[in-house]
Amino acid sequence: MDTSLITDVSIFVLSLLVGFEVISKVPQTLHTPLMSAANSIHGVVIVGAFLIASTAHDAVGYTLAFVAAVFAGMNVVGGYTVTDRMLKMFQRRPAAARSEATENGGKS
Amino acid sequence: MGTFNDVIALIYLASATCFVIGLHLMNAPPTANHGNRLSALGMAVAVGATLALIAHDGTISTTGWLMLAVGGVLGSGLGLYLARTVEMTAMPQLVSLFNAVGGGAAALVAIADFIRLAGILHAPTIAARISVTSVLDVVIGAVTLSGSVVAAGKLQGFIPSEPIVVPSGRIVNLVLALALCAGTGYILSGANSDVTLIGIAVAALIMGVIMVLPIGGADMPVVISLLNAFTGTAVAMAGFVINSVGLIIAGALVGASGSILTKLMADAMNRSILNIVAGGFGTGDTASVIGAGATGQVRSVGADDVAIQLAYAQKVIIVPGYGLAAAHAQYAVKELADLLEKRGVEVSYAIHPVAGRMPGHMNVLLAEAEVPYQQLKTMEEINPEFPRADVALVIGANDVTNPAARRPGNAVSGMPILDVDKAKSIIVIKRSMGHGYAGIDNELYNDPKTGMFFADAQAGLRAIVAAVKTLVGVD
Repeated sequence: MDTSLITDVSIFVLSLLVGFEVISKVPQTLHTPLMSAANSIHGVVIVGAFLIASTAHDAVGYTLAFVAAVFAGMNVVGGYTVTDRMLKMFQRRPAAARSEATENGGKS
Repeated sequence: MGTFNDVIALIYLASATCFVIGLHLMNAPPTANHGNRLSALGMAVAVGATLALIAHDGTISTTGWLMLAVGGVLGSGLGLYLARTVEMTAMPQLVSLFNAVGGGAAALVAIADFIRLAGILHAPTIAARISVTSVLDVVIGAVTLSGSVVAAGKLQGFIPSEPIVVPSGRIVNLVLALALCAGTGYILSGANSDVTLIGIAVAALIMGVIMVLPIGGADMPVVISLLNAFTGTAVAMAGFVINSVGLIIAGALVGASGSILTKLMADAMNRSILNIVAGGFGTGDTASVIGAGATGQVRSVGADDVAIQLAYAQKVIIVPGYGLAAAHAQYAVKELADLLEKRGVEVSYAIHPVAGRMPGHMNVLLAEAEVPYQQLKTMEEINPEFPRADVALVIGANDVTNPAARRPGNAVSGMPILDVDKAKSIIVIKRSMGHGYAGIDNELYNDPKTGMFFADAQAGLRAIVAAVKTLVGVD
């Protein structure tokens, strides 16, 4: 066994533990946005898609890299955008309520 | 060269830190948005560093750049469009779809790398650390891809949400599993056979479909969460394959988060993950009890009765369920709540942990309709308040209100429920006497305190709003 494999496995296990610790404290209200956020983070596979594109030199390699880039790009951009949309709903309300109140005040 | 790679490695570490802190900031609603932004920043940094690395290495061909640019832009554009335009009710299936392509990308990374290595190294065999992780990546990624697509299809209604029993599914699964083992063994024995790896991918794709098809629609949130964890693990394996620490860290983070979330969801439904994946819940007995459902003594009420009861109540607790989401009734319920609040009625919402199709689904939907965050109460907060409520208004929720859960010996036994039956009176808006996913009668409906208002959630609420306006005359 080479040391780099041991290092990688150590990083993997420690990251798992960090994930358990960070996530077990999230309140239930945020579970859906959290699932979506975690979903966008695994879009980091786009880095892998880029790296295989860099070593591709034949039609099969190019095709695989292309499809992987499409998939991963969708995962990353779509994931972050939809999470942002969900979270904005939790945030926007005070501002919206205020503007509604001033509108009503103006009318009456 | 060495220095450059060190800098890139440090940048990846920084982006991984962004992911961890980003997830941490999602602990509380006020900081959640910053958390997501920070995580997105980490992603942008990682992508930028990768582009710099590729340019610096100089091994990439012009066609490679083209594939990367066109593919990346196409995928991003598609993702952006879908994420922007999707209705919030369809959001769970979109997350499932994004999860599917993530898993697919992870599998493709391993396949592409394996084919490249198999092509270059004619004599020497591919190192075990690469072949083992490649096979794991391909299997997990492919199962996730097809499984998530089926899950999304079930939620969208392309595929019937009822559990679909695959003819001799167990045998097919067994054959596929044996084929997988044989293929894996062949690759690990040192054969650089890319055809075998692709065969493994195809077998795993079929397994994903067979795994999700027999699972009912109610369990889809748990399944999506489980598949999300799968993708994380697949991405971590891809990190081993292409030797990228960034992928390992981020993948493991998601693998852990998905597992925790899956367990929380399964616990809230009082079910084990194994039980759900085995697909036992409500599969066999649904058909046999449907006839008996309508025979119990049920009091049916109309919109006018409901309007009067609500308008003269002091405290109303609204219990939303999947029926509310399916009927897009979140705006209608907000309108009714506003109307009642103007009359001085105290309104709050009781959110069961598994109401809707994902944990927190109801919160997101109601937040979309701009229901104040403070009015949304968790099960623990609201249960002591039910005895003080004049009316509990149940909209499209079923199993989570069934008092039968307090007794042992039935499909919902032991599931934590909302104590709706303790309210002074209960109104249930529901399309029919049909069963919930557990496939059993809801004893709440036979309670003398309960009035059943048979209507689609949206149409029913609009009728009640109109009735309150005409009968009681608010503004």
